[in-house]
Amino acid sequence: MTNSESTAPPPTERGPERPVSPGLIVLAWLWVAVPFTYALWQLFAKITQLFSA
Amino acid sequence: MTRGLLDRSRIVARPGWSRWLVPPAALSIHLAIGSVYAWSVFKIPLEKSLHISGTASALPFTIGIVMLGLSAAVLGTRVDHKGPRWAMFVATVCFCSGLLIAALGVSISQYWLVVFGYGVVGGIGLGIGYISPVSTLIKWFPDRPGMATGLAIMGFGGGALIASPWTNSLLEAFGHNTTAGIAKTFLVIGCTYAVFMSMGWLLIRVPAPGWTPQGWKPKPQKAGSLITTASVSAANAIKTPQFWLLWVVLCFNVTAGIGILEKASPIYQDFFPTAPSKAVLASAAAGFVALLSLANMLGRIGWSSESDLLGRKNIYRLYLGGGALLYLTLELTTNSNKITFLVCTILILSFYGAGFATIPAYLRDLFGTYEVGAIHGRLLTAWSVAGVLGPLIVNGMADAEKRAGKSGPDLYTVSFWVMIGLLVVGFVCNELIKPVAPKHHEPTSPDDDLLARDEVPLKQAEKQP
Repeated sequence: MTNSESTAPPPTERGPERPVSPGLIVLAWLWVAVPFTYALWQLFAKITQLFSA
Repeated sequence: MTRGLLDRSRIVARPGWSRWLVPPAALSIHLAIGSVYAWSVFKIPLEKSLHISGTASALPFTIGIVMLGLSAAVLGTRVDHKGPRWAMFVATVCFCSGLLIAALGVSISQYWLVVFGYGVVGGIGLGIGYISPVSTLIKWFPDRPGMATGLAIMGFGGGALIASPWTNSLLEAFGHNTTAGIAKTFLVIGCTYAVFMSMGWLLIRVPAPGWTPQGWKPKPQKAGSLITTASVSAANAIKTPQFWLLWVVLCFNVTAGIGILEKASPIYQDFFPTAPSKAVLASAAAGFVALLSLANMLGRIGWSSESDLLGRKNIYRLYLGGGALLYLTLELTTNSNKITFLVCTILILSFYGAGFATIPAYLRDLFGTYEVGAIHGRLLTAWSVAGVLGPLIVNGMADAEKRAGKSGPDLYTVSFWVMIGLLVVGFVCNELIKPVAPKHHEPTSPDDDLLARDEVPLKQAEKQP
């Protein structure tokens, strides 16, 4: 998952390993997931019209 | 000259960086620029407030899509060389400036400024933004390139789904028939997207030279395999038959999808006209359009991820061959069974979206990662052609059938046969794709050259937040 889990040059050559905070990953995904969920909700509301008709 | 914040060398990932931060960075760009497909929301308010024709009100969108293709083709190489942060930043500046110029244009009733801002300036942002994360995602996910690019390109499909209801509610709040209300809407959208897209260019990183995911090793190249370990430049790629075969594949796959997407609502109403009232029929047709949008979006991530397992050539066999069979099923069953109609159209639209999403990974397989973004940019001209071809075929033929006195599903018989023909041609082109001849390969590994220029940055990158 992380850059350290790799065959890249050993971390000692590129500085100490500093794993990314899981909070940052969650925040980044929420940043895009929230508007996307809003879009899906709007979409499903419209799709129901097809079957209710 | 000192290395600026936007320089590729400043964004080489430090040890410990997570590649799972890259897809949301890409999505923040694609979700924003994908809003271009919600342009129709502005059409009627602009026509009423500025007293312009329907053709004129479509101009910012049309020019925007043309500029998308042109800027992706012309600036693709620069995007690859300057790096994703530069490209995403430029895309943010252009796209949001375009919206702000449009706001100014509406507020002073100068429609040419709307066309110039949204169409030309914003359109350049669309092209650069569309290709900006592609090669970076492929480098971070060499084990799952189809999934990675599928995710980003799904975002482009999702952008309109966000923008459409959001823009409508802003127009409602500010006043949709007044220039002040429309200008405020453009202003709020422009500023919001500037913040939203900034997460993308701030977060994006390129992997360190030689980085690969843990436990993953490139498969040894088999004789005749389409997946190359060599590199082909964009200038050389367009000299290969593989590029032009893929161009036809993309063009005809997109044409076949647009054929249904562009006229989804009338097609549904012509196939199933029976409803208690006109309003109910229109509402059901709107639901059908929404269902196709969902299929288009899910196809991008679903089928593109599947291509990592099945192989790119096989998955395009499915999109093109399967698509032709589905159109044939529609021809044979017409409106006799609603479920069959829905299943066929949903699958056709999922193949349409998937065709867009899988193409970057196919290009990576054939030409390597060196200038895959630039090659992708040049290939997008096929999209521009298909954008004209698809609606032209379906609308032109439906109109001709109507003049001949036909109605209902009969209106689409000829155009669906044309779509089958195009998909078969695309299928044959896909079959003709063979590995790229070694004479087109770069003599040394240019990926290393590109990264060698960033040698210094390996230390600088450690200072990155």
